[in-house]
Amino acid sequence: MKKIVINVLFSLVGAACLVGLWSLLSATVAPDLPSPSKTWEESKLYVLQPWDKRGEMDQGIGRMAAYSLVRVAKGFLLAILIGTPLGFLLGSSQMFFKIFDPTIQVLRPISPLAWLPLGLVLFRQSEPAALFTIALCSMWPTVINTAHGVRDIPQDYLNVAKVLRLGVWRRFTKVWLPATLPYMFTGYRLSLGLAWLVIVAAEMLTGTPGIGGFLWQEYNSLIYSHILLCILTIGLVGFALDRLMGLAEARLRAA
Amino acid sequence: MALIELQDIAKSYGPRCVLTHVNLSLEEGEFVSIVGTSASGKTSLLKIACGLIGPSAGHVIFNGAPVRDFLGEASIVFQNYSLLPWLSALENVRLAVEASYPEWPKARQREQAEKYLQLVGLGAAAAKRPSQLSGGMRQRVAIARSFAVEPRVMFLDEPFGALDALTRSTLQQELIKLCQAAARPVTALMITNSVDEAILLSDRILALSRGPGATLSSAVPVPLPRPRAADLLLHDEQSVRVRARLSEFLSAGAAGHRSASPRDSMAVSRTVPVEA
Repeated sequence: MKKIVINVLFSLVGAACLVGLWSLLSATVAPDLPSPSKTWEESKLYVLQPWDKRGEMDQGIGRMAAYSLVRVAKGFLLAILIGTPLGFLLGSSQMFFKIFDPTIQVLRPISPLAWLPLGLVLFRQSEPAALFTIALCSMWPTVINTAHGVRDIPQDYLNVAKVLRLGVWRRFTKVWLPATLPYMFTGYRLSLGLAWLVIVAAEMLTGTPGIGGFLWQEYNSLIYSHILLCILTIGLVGFALDRLMGLAEARLRAA
Repeated sequence: MALIELQDIAKSYGPRCVLTHVNLSLEEGEFVSIVGTSASGKTSLLKIACGLIGPSAGHVIFNGAPVRDFLGEASIVFQNYSLLPWLSALENVRLAVEASYPEWPKARQREQAEKYLQLVGLGAAAAKRPSQLSGGMRQRVAIARSFAVEPRVMFLDEPFGALDALTRSTLQQELIKLCQAAARPVTALMITNSVDEAILLSDRILALSRGPGATLSSAVPVPLPRPRAADLLLHDEQSVRVRARLSEFLSAGAAGHRSASPRDSMAVSRTVPVEA
């Protein structure tokens, strides 16, 4: 317990350094950068009443973040629903791997900013286009880690499956899946991080309500302090998501 | 007719020849052991005999038919237990029963698994995961798993190799009991590096010469009455004779290999372990 308190204190020192640097910059070389106190002054309405809805693009920060989270959850779900079976196929068949791995390696580094216009062309609506982009950008860690996990199943376990003459279904549920699960979860964790990264780009381009859409709108309205508010919120939410997945992963490994 | 027959088996991994001219036949109900020093290709031989890997040359015949995949009606006990860590002891045994007797009702499958866990003295630890069990207990679960499917043939790959001497002798006795209690006569092929263990358990013993290119000695029968007691075997005249013959073969093979290349420093690297 004492250790946790000390660790939190340490991390607060780091945060304080950042705020210090921020004040220094806004006071000296970057007069357009709102200072921390000005940011707080102009943002406190959004922070203290996080669930208020005053207009389509004028809502509390909690509400905005929640819109984004729902969108991310949908896209992420889509990503792992497609990515996990794809990973299993790639991992279980050398042939499949040889056929599809190069293509995947080419698709993987494509930025969400490049996918989104294609999504808009395909779906003609911003919401499905955003989900398309999130899913397409965030599924690769799941695919790659799952495939890696399947390839890394110890020969011992495969021998056991063979010796016990397990059928296809039992082989999958009792041997493959449990042996791969830790790898899959590592993939899910990375995928979720990416999905959250993509959301801002997707919302900025489509102008839908959410944390990224809000950020872009406030930039256009010249309310720069709100940009900082959004950036901080995005960081904190992303951090919380990663920690949650980390906890789930740790629990899984312990089981 | 022999139940299992290995005809002129050879195995090489790339340029490295592990086994040559291996011939062996097992009669139904017989307990045969193969002793050999480490890295002599014992495990490869066992895996070929049970059909887990294919030979480079020669044939394995089971019950009159050539073997292509893991033998039906057979089970195997691995040296490193090979239990599934995410299943409890009972679930590990039950999985084997379920796969072998899918037509049985669930309750009967469970009963069968529980019965065999109790036979190896682990009734109380049924709910424990392998990671919560000691090495000896894990191997007990693995043995229960193998016997629970009531196999016709049992393959044992250094089943007690990773255990301390005391646990080892307890488990040997339990193995004997299980073999005797089995509903139908069990044919067993055991790989071991302990001549005493082989004498205690087997009807016949063969020695595998040191690799590369290891081959089997002629069989040494063990004409000792059962049940056998490990401590009496030490001084029994028959068993002393059997031990002497096997040791002679094993050390002759070793010496022969060494004298073949007396000052060749490469000789050491050529005997790299085949299977850990």
